[in-house]
Amino acid sequence: MLGVVWYLVSNTLANLEARRIASGFAFLWREAGFEIGEAAFQRYSASDTYLKALAVGLANTFKASLIGIVLATVLGTAIGLFLVSRNRLLKTVSRAYVEFMRNVPLLVQLFFWYVTITEALPPPREALQPLPGVFLSNRGIFFPLPGSVPVLDGFNFSGGLAITPEFAALLIGLVTYTAGFIAEIVRAGVLSVPRGQFEAAYALGLTRRLAMRYVVLPQALRVIVPPMTSQYLNLIKNSSLAVAIGYPDLVSIANTTVNQTGQAIEGIAIIMAVYLTISLAVSALMNWYNARLK
Amino acid sequence: MNKVFSAVLALVIFFLAWKFIDWAFVHAVWQPDSKACRAASGACWGFIAEKHRFILFGTYPYEQHWRPALASVFLILLWFLSAWRIFWRWWLAVLWLAGLSVIAVLMWGGLFGLPYVENERWGGLILTLLLSTFGIALAFPLSILLALGRRSDMPVIQALCVGFIELVRGVPLISVLFMASVMLPLFLPAGVSIDKLLRAQLALIFFAAAYLAEVVRGGLQAIPRHQYEAADALGLTYWQKTGTVILPQALRIAVPPLVNTIIGFFKDTSLVAIIGLFDLLQTIKVSLTDPAWTGFGTEAYLFAALVYFLFCFAMSAYSRRLERVR
Repeated sequence: MLGVVWYLVSNTLANLEARRIASGFAFLWREAGFEIGEAAFQRYSASDTYLKALAVGLANTFKASLIGIVLATVLGTAIGLFLVSRNRLLKTVSRAYVEFMRNVPLLVQLFFWYVTITEALPPPREALQPLPGVFLSNRGIFFPLPGSVPVLDGFNFSGGLAITPEFAALLIGLVTYTAGFIAEIVRAGVLSVPRGQFEAAYALGLTRRLAMRYVVLPQALRVIVPPMTSQYLNLIKNSSLAVAIGYPDLVSIANTTVNQTGQAIEGIAIIMAVYLTISLAVSALMNWYNARLK
Repeated sequence: MNKVFSAVLALVIFFLAWKFIDWAFVHAVWQPDSKACRAASGACWGFIAEKHRFILFGTYPYEQHWRPALASVFLILLWFLSAWRIFWRWWLAVLWLAGLSVIAVLMWGGLFGLPYVENERWGGLILTLLLSTFGIALAFPLSILLALGRRSDMPVIQALCVGFIELVRGVPLISVLFMASVMLPLFLPAGVSIDKLLRAQLALIFFAAAYLAEVVRGGLQAIPRHQYEAADALGLTYWQKTGTVILPQALRIAVPPLVNTIIGFFKDTSLVAIIGLFDLLQTIKVSLTDPAWTGFGTEAYLFAALVYFLFCFAMSAYSRRLERVR
């Protein structure tokens, strides 16, 4: 075992030497020299360091994951409740949605949303306006903010809240895909509550909606939380597919860094360390929450 | 209230379905004619008609396309046969070995007058099917060892298995693929190189093994304690006990979740497109870069979704049936 490790390490050192690739993390403090399309919560320019660029990537990953988790939970829970509703049409439509989402690779869905946004939507000059002040164009989606309304300025909009096509595609893809899995978890959770609980709630005079809200869902949560945790973790890990559609998440920036510096081992180590930390932190948080539920 | 809601919902669905049918069928163009496509208001299925050879077979030599086509049919047939419980006999393994040998001869050639085709030129559907098949076939035995190791009494083995499983499950697949495509060449001695396809395949095997190991562990945990004790009382050794008493029962319990993991893995093989392998998704993506045919991405990815859906839906329907039968 040790011999094998030693053999691999010595090979690696010889290869790095032969290819004149530096090792160590000193590159983090050098100038990155590449622009990043969007930076969540901070300012970034090409003259900043690689460390700063990676921090921007991490912030972008967090932004996509957090918004994605919130929206996927809302959409997934709604569809999960539709799956157990008594309205047959609603049930059939939700079932079709879940089957489609779960049986098509996320990467295909991301590519689909990305080309649909960039090819099917009109250019900013002819942007669609579904609601006053909201514009859909192939350069992104624009929402009005209090005190700042998007206005056409040359070739693109300025002002308001702008969502780039890359972020929009990633978010729509992640949310609709994960919601399909969350819906099944919610359905299984509701079905795990014994029928008697519903009947007892009806006997007390509660309506179906109230029985669901105050009697069934709190009990279903115990079954729902553990698999939901792994869906949240999946969503965070899946946000790394951003690299395929050009959203500058951590993996995408680390990949650019590796291509520029050649320091593959360090770059991949950073990605893995960050995701492992996130995984462990989320599991710990959800274990704590789960323990509190019991 | 419920009736009003149903009526509104039915109207909305009807409207959307009508819009979709109008786009996808009524005003669609089916001939491979990009000018007609650009003039039409509907979908351009002519893109798929024009590019179907490249999408299905990648850069495989054109006049040899019957070989990957036949290989794909054989592979799908093998999977189909393996789905039936009555075929779960020892000779199924022999059948697989024979089938895979035939597929290897078909794909590589160099025998029986078939021209040799190096695996850099393999692509399209068969690549997706081969990556999934070998990924699962080689990951499965590895996953059993990992699951047994995780429950072992030997602390070093247990720590190694837990560490491997949790490490792989904690990071995204794309980082494992990057590792295989960029880092693996650094580990090898000078002059030795493994081609891109094999590197991606290795990454997929390790990735699948970690996930399958957790499913197998679930099966192992479902075996009652007295089964172990009874086997011990008979004086069986560890491997006899595991091989003849525990594993046959544990794997049987684990079949439905195993199928679900396999579906997830089949979908995940699409990620090799990111590291530039010509799988089904990558051939579609590359087809879209043809200047005459840019702008039909929606149709192209709907087609990709349909192909993946057919395979995955068949597998999920199978998994549901297994759960009902049990």
